[in-house]
Amino acid sequence: MSAASTAIRSKRPEWRRRFVSAVRNNPIGVVGIVIVLAFFVLAIYPQGFSAYDPEKLSLRDRLVVPSSEHLFGTDQLGMDVFTRVIYGARTTLKVVLVVLAIATGIGFVVGTVAGYFGGWVDEILMRFTDIVIAFPFLILAIAVNAALGRGLVQTMLAVGFSWWPSYARLVRGQVLAVKNEEYVMAAQALGGRNARIMVRHVFRNAMDPVIVRVTLDVGLVALATAGLSFLGLGAQPPTPEWGRMVAEGRDFLLDQWWLSTFPGLALFLVVVGFNLVGMILRDWLDPSAVNR
Amino acid sequence: MTQYVFRRLLSAIPVLLGVTVITFVLSQLLPGDPARMAAGQFATAEQMEVVRERLGLDRPLWVQYLRYLSRLVRGDLGISFSSQQEVFNELKIFFPATLELTLVAMVLTVIVGVPLGVMTGSGKSPWVNSSVLFLSLVGVGLPVFWAGLVFQLIFAGRLDILPLDGRLGATVTPPPSVTNMYVLDALFAGQWTTLVDAIKHLILPAVTLAIGRIASVARITHAAMIDIMRRDYVRTAQAKGLPRRTVVDKHALKNALLPVVTTIGLQVGFLLGGSILVENIFSWGGIGTYAWIGIFRLDIPAIMGVTLSTTVMFMTINLLTDIAYAFLDPRIAYS
Repeated sequence: MSAASTAIRSKRPEWRRRFVSAVRNNPIGVVGIVIVLAFFVLAIYPQGFSAYDPEKLSLRDRLVVPSSEHLFGTDQLGMDVFTRVIYGARTTLKVVLVVLAIATGIGFVVGTVAGYFGGWVDEILMRFTDIVIAFPFLILAIAVNAALGRGLVQTMLAVGFSWWPSYARLVRGQVLAVKNEEYVMAAQALGGRNARIMVRHVFRNAMDPVIVRVTLDVGLVALATAGLSFLGLGAQPPTPEWGRMVAEGRDFLLDQWWLSTFPGLALFLVVVGFNLVGMILRDWLDPSAVNR
Repeated sequence: MTQYVFRRLLSAIPVLLGVTVITFVLSQLLPGDPARMAAGQFATAEQMEVVRERLGLDRPLWVQYLRYLSRLVRGDLGISFSSQQEVFNELKIFFPATLELTLVAMVLTVIVGVPLGVMTGSGKSPWVNSSVLFLSLVGVGLPVFWAGLVFQLIFAGRLDILPLDGRLGATVTPPPSVTNMYVLDALFAGQWTTLVDAIKHLILPAVTLAIGRIASVARITHAAMIDIMRRDYVRTAQAKGLPRRTVVDKHALKNALLPVVTTIGLQVGFLLGGSILVENIFSWGGIGTYAWIGIFRLDIPAIMGVTLSTTVMFMTINLLTDIAYAFLDPRIAYS
């Protein structure tokens, strides 16, 4: 959208105007909003969409072809694949939230402390960040996960620990940019305590780019954790988890294609959905990054 | 320039040391007794004691780390819990297969991703722009392990035009080993049927591994191109009445490709990580498969061996791209 037409609408509140323009710039992004909303609804209230129990075995109904009774068929243990895909949304949401909480948490602390204090504190923290970034991400996550042992909790810790450096760098950059702004110096001159100054001013200003980043990362985190579960490190049966389900369906791939296809498709859609929403959010909250 | 290269090499040393500290700490984390793992389930208390002493497990942690480090320097990555073989020797066998796969995926990424970005980024059509963006988001969002299975289902299962998995057909004998990369070895030996078979086996895993990277590189090149096409000197060239082709080739391309070089180094990290998933799907006998067997048995020396070797490779490639970048853009070396 051109600058002129943007200016005409400037009477509307700024954030709303920017949101509308962000959506107009990315019409396909609306599809993303729909996918993400559907994902949240399924994750929060899966029982509203299926009458089956996602973890109930029914050996009489093994490997049933998709039908009106079992939309996505059943798996080798007779569990309803549709139900497991829906409940898988809940697993994915939980995992992604925890991982991003860990990653942004560590990233915020490291980035803020490094940026604010500077000097040798900055040097040590940033060199540590360099070390973590030196690993290929998925390989580090696998190594940490293997060292902690199998299980979804271990996977969340592993991915979270491997993911924080980009946040630390991002937050540190923001802190450095804000640090010398007059209002922060004013707060310091008035005798504000370091921690309070940081939290009140610096933190708040670094928020928008972090939110954009988090949205764009949801997909990557979902892919990584599902990948670890696929390898057998993360979710253990019978937990409905998409990566694990894809792995379990492998042995039946050529004849019972539905086992692996649907959970993978769900993961794919959710990742694309979050990427699309991230695109809108970036235009909305961080317009300077548009087209970069 | 020499000074820059030297400085960059020097700065890699502490990072590398840090990497070994992390792998060492991770090796210590696993619940369970490493002496028990090494000595086997039925070892007696005395045998355990011997193993403990031999492995230096009775020493303080920092001594153990220094020992670990000095072993690493000598190329000793420890002994695999599951196979009881030297991890280093096993990696030597498995690494070429992974190298072959990631190299081909890398080449695909560059020869498809970069031109795609340049072609779509040098025009002005908003329609093309948003479709590139959309397709790249789809490509990046594709779960590697799922895409591989879907490709298997379609191309090996339904259409039956490509092999399901493995590096060679069951009836084909591997070419005489030189590099252990079958495509090259078959080429060296002049075994054309083997070569064709090896290439056929490479297509699905390499494409699976590359798709997300192609999407990502195309998107970055596309954005860099758009940015450059708006610059004054490009507009001047256009205003002079130069044909579009000349403007793109002579004025825009070189500058647009600069940021792309750095990204390509970073893609290697994704390729190495992704290869663990892809190798697992296509039964590709590389370090990904080796790591997977290690994961299955929680074989920490094997997993850390893979972690270290891939990280060193990743660091080396990033070092090389940084140096290449400095050569391409002399401003870097002086800053």
